[in-house]
Amino acid sequence: MTSSSDDTERPANDGPHEDGRGGAEERLRRPDDHIDAAASVDPSSGDTGSGGGSGSGGEITQPKLGFVGWLRWFWRQLTSMRTALFLLLLLAVAAVPGSLVPQRSSDPNGVTQYFRDNPDLAPFLDKLQAFDVYTSAWFSSIYILLFISLIGCVIPRTKHHFDALRAKPPRTPVRLGRLAGYTERDGVGSLDDAAEAARAQLRSAGYRVAVFEKPGEKSVSAERGYLRETGNLVFHSALVGILVTVGFGGGFGFAGQRVLVEGQTFVNTLGAFDSFNPGRFFDPDTLDPYSLTLTDMAVTYEQQNQKAFGQPIDYTATVQVTEQDGASSEQTIKVNEPLNTGGTNIYLLGNGYAPQITVRDPDGTVVFTDAIPFLPQDAQLTSIGVVKIPDGLAEQLGMIGLFYPTQGAQQPPYFSSYPDLEYPVLTLQVFEGDLGIDAGTPTSVFTLDTDSMTEIAGGKADAKALELMPGQTQELPNGLGTVTFEDAANPSGDAAPPVTEESDAAGTAGTDYSKSVLRFASLDIHHDPTQGWVLVFALLVLAGLVTSLFIPRRRVWVKVHDVGGGALRMEYAGLARGDDPGLDAAVAAVADRHSAGFTPDAAAVAEGDEAVAPPESPDARA
Amino acid sequence: MSVIALYSAMAVYAIAFIAYAIDLAKRSSSIDEVAEGASSTAAASAGLNVTAAGGYGSTATITSSAPVTGAPRGYGRSAALRVGVALTVVAWLLHLAADILRGLAAGRVPWANMYEFAMTGTLIIVAVFLVTNLFVDVRFLGTFVTGLVLILLGLASVNFYVAVSPLPPALQSIWLVIHVFVAATSVGLFALGFGLSVVQLLQFRRESIAVGAKATGLRLLATLPSSDKLEALAYRINIIGFILWTFTLMAGAIWAEKAWGRYWGWDTKEVWTFIIWVIYAGYIHARATRGWRGSRSAWLAIIGFSAVLFNFTVVNLFFKGLHAYSGL
Repeated sequence: MTSSSDDTERPANDGPHEDGRGGAEERLRRPDDHIDAAASVDPSSGDTGSGGGSGSGGEITQPKLGFVGWLRWFWRQLTSMRTALFLLLLLAVAAVPGSLVPQRSSDPNGVTQYFRDNPDLAPFLDKLQAFDVYTSAWFSSIYILLFISLIGCVIPRTKHHFDALRAKPPRTPVRLGRLAGYTERDGVGSLDDAAEAARAQLRSAGYRVAVFEKPGEKSVSAERGYLRETGNLVFHSALVGILVTVGFGGGFGFAGQRVLVEGQTFVNTLGAFDSFNPGRFFDPDTLDPYSLTLTDMAVTYEQQNQKAFGQPIDYTATVQVTEQDGASSEQTIKVNEPLNTGGTNIYLLGNGYAPQITVRDPDGTVVFTDAIPFLPQDAQLTSIGVVKIPDGLAEQLGMIGLFYPTQGAQQPPYFSSYPDLEYPVLTLQVFEGDLGIDAGTPTSVFTLDTDSMTEIAGGKADAKALELMPGQTQELPNGLGTVTFEDAANPSGDAAPPVTEESDAAGTAGTDYSKSVLRFASLDIHHDPTQGWVLVFALLVLAGLVTSLFIPRRRVWVKVHDVGGGALRMEYAGLARGDDPGLDAAVAAVADRHSAGFTPDAAAVAEGDEAVAPPESPDARA
Repeated sequence: MSVIALYSAMAVYAIAFIAYAIDLAKRSSSIDEVAEGASSTAAASAGLNVTAAGGYGSTATITSSAPVTGAPRGYGRSAALRVGVALTVVAWLLHLAADILRGLAAGRVPWANMYEFAMTGTLIIVAVFLVTNLFVDVRFLGTFVTGLVLILLGLASVNFYVAVSPLPPALQSIWLVIHVFVAATSVGLFALGFGLSVVQLLQFRRESIAVGAKATGLRLLATLPSSDKLEALAYRINIIGFILWTFTLMAGAIWAEKAWGRYWGWDTKEVWTFIIWVIYAGYIHARATRGWRGSRSAWLAIIGFSAVLFNFTVVNLFFKGLHAYSGL
């Protein structure tokens, strides 16, 4: 792109180009001004530079464009401001569907639900990648085009700006009268002194200055606010930086999830995660195998404020972290306070109850015992969990459990009236048959496929659902064995869960259930080496934005005419280069200050003092 | 207490609203008078821009030799307008008291659920309006600002009211103070920019049809600044809003990283924050694009603020997402 085509194509964000206010002012008054089609649509006025100037006439035969010519034309189109604006608005529109339809990335369960609710529409939407909008081909192509356009604009502008930074301010226009803030003053003094004073004054005000001379007149051309364009370029480059860092940098990290029941230990190795999403370039061997034991998951509920009774006010997970070198320390994880250890951040994203369930065969041999995390369903922590007993009994057994931390009903249907453990009740619906896990197909631990199973307790079965409180045991139907809901605070001898606070619960067992069921913490373990870079770029974006929007870029001219007899006529004018509401005031201030040194009074004083400003060669410094 | 103060504030806003409306009505009639008085002079035939520069709100620069175009028509001092502003200040103080009392009752910043956010957000909208008036005369937007605030406060106290409740763990962060407050401030700026853009469009329409003709349509527009001036002002206000919105987005990302383990996850609220950011980025670029300056960019500012309102109401209430803090 030549700089001239750059000017017409993309005056850009308050661009550095000649058509700032002076020309724009006229155009402004008729914003219905048609799109100046000639400059950008006509491919022949393209990158030939010199040839483009007058090529807008209709009768001009268009030169044949070769492949390269079309490429150039396409490139010019892509990097034009109008295309960038179009892509920007398109991006905003394209982002909307992702908020209307659940996304796999943020709400996978919502997607499953959507497929269930709209079996006809969902597959069609899926073809359109509506469930993965932000990684879809169409969304990606919009932002990639946008960023190519942006880069295609930023690079020539950087070069242009770099040149401008070293160039002298341009020659003073012949007639200043039409420019912004134009004002005239009369004064007395010498031409050289007046020009030098203007030069020194503008220079100390942060302008770059150049002095031009003609017979009978001297003028100072000054420009300031180069930082505006610098900020603009920093802003756009930093956006590219964010995109690149997120795009490629994300590949070096990982995100994993792990549910830990109180007492359980997690070792930071690949197999220990419940789910693990490595980036493309992540090497699992770099995992630092620290171990982390959840010693306590404490939840506090509101009890004072009746209107918010039972609202959670604090979640604190206490963990024991043991580094590879054996150093061990106790740490806490809270919702807004992740734990940083071993190069990973550990976040507390959820919690709930994990009833410890033991199943024995008719002989009393334990065939299953485990603390099963139950997924909370509502604010009162009514929770659902699934127990699968594949071996040890006559039939494979599956149970769907509902857990009520404080069961509040006299008779079914039950509900939970408070999220803490006041009157915990567990009900179990029991199924026998084929669990569907022998075939090797992966199944979720949180769902039970009952298609090839028969219900033997609860629901439509003859027997009622099993109902247990901590410490209680019940017979399974059909003489299959027994189920025990273990009391974590007062464990039975053969299934002692690793609980630390045995002592304080022992005395009140039976009435105080507060420690009777273990809690689990749902932890996210992330490693993202590029996060810091994203932050750095984000700060650059902000800094660039502020500079590019608030620093005014302006030119100011001071022209001094020698009108004979020691009298001077001084002209002042400015040109905004980009949005600059303070320009008129700034020019007026320059004029006031400068002309004050050349009033008849000031001249008299100056003669006494010999010099107003050091008489240096005026155009030596520029 | 907080509720009583809020209702009083709403009542005073309502009176202020009426005062502003009376002022607008008076502007219409004053135009007739001025037009009659000026009709004998030659200037009258030259249209709207020439008469009586230097009256209400004129900002002609002292030494400028450029012709003063677009200066508003002369319009004398308006008692109704001054009453309106005074009442707005009184209402704002009551509103502030309501907000502070709510904060004291809750023992935290008063913007942790939708009701509180509406209360603080409208407080900031009025604050932005009053502060802007210290620099530029935008009192003609009083009807719009008090009207908008009344509607929002009405909606909030009828539909969004919730009793004081403690902060859920996810909101217990210093970022609640920063992120939400800055978001509310930029909403206040966008609201004012929206009002200016609407008036700008009306003004522009009048300017383009009424040059040389008799004043048509909303005659009161003749007392307001020209569309160019309105655009420049709207732009200045919107860019401050945009910068704060950028900060909101970043602060939100930092907070999301702490609370949810990722700085960006295309949560519905994040999506809409992004959409709004892109629309206003488009607005800023549009002003530098030929053929887009003026009315088209004003439409973008209007769409942008509509998206802000949509984000606050519809997205909060009906879209599923992690920002589920409406308290409803």
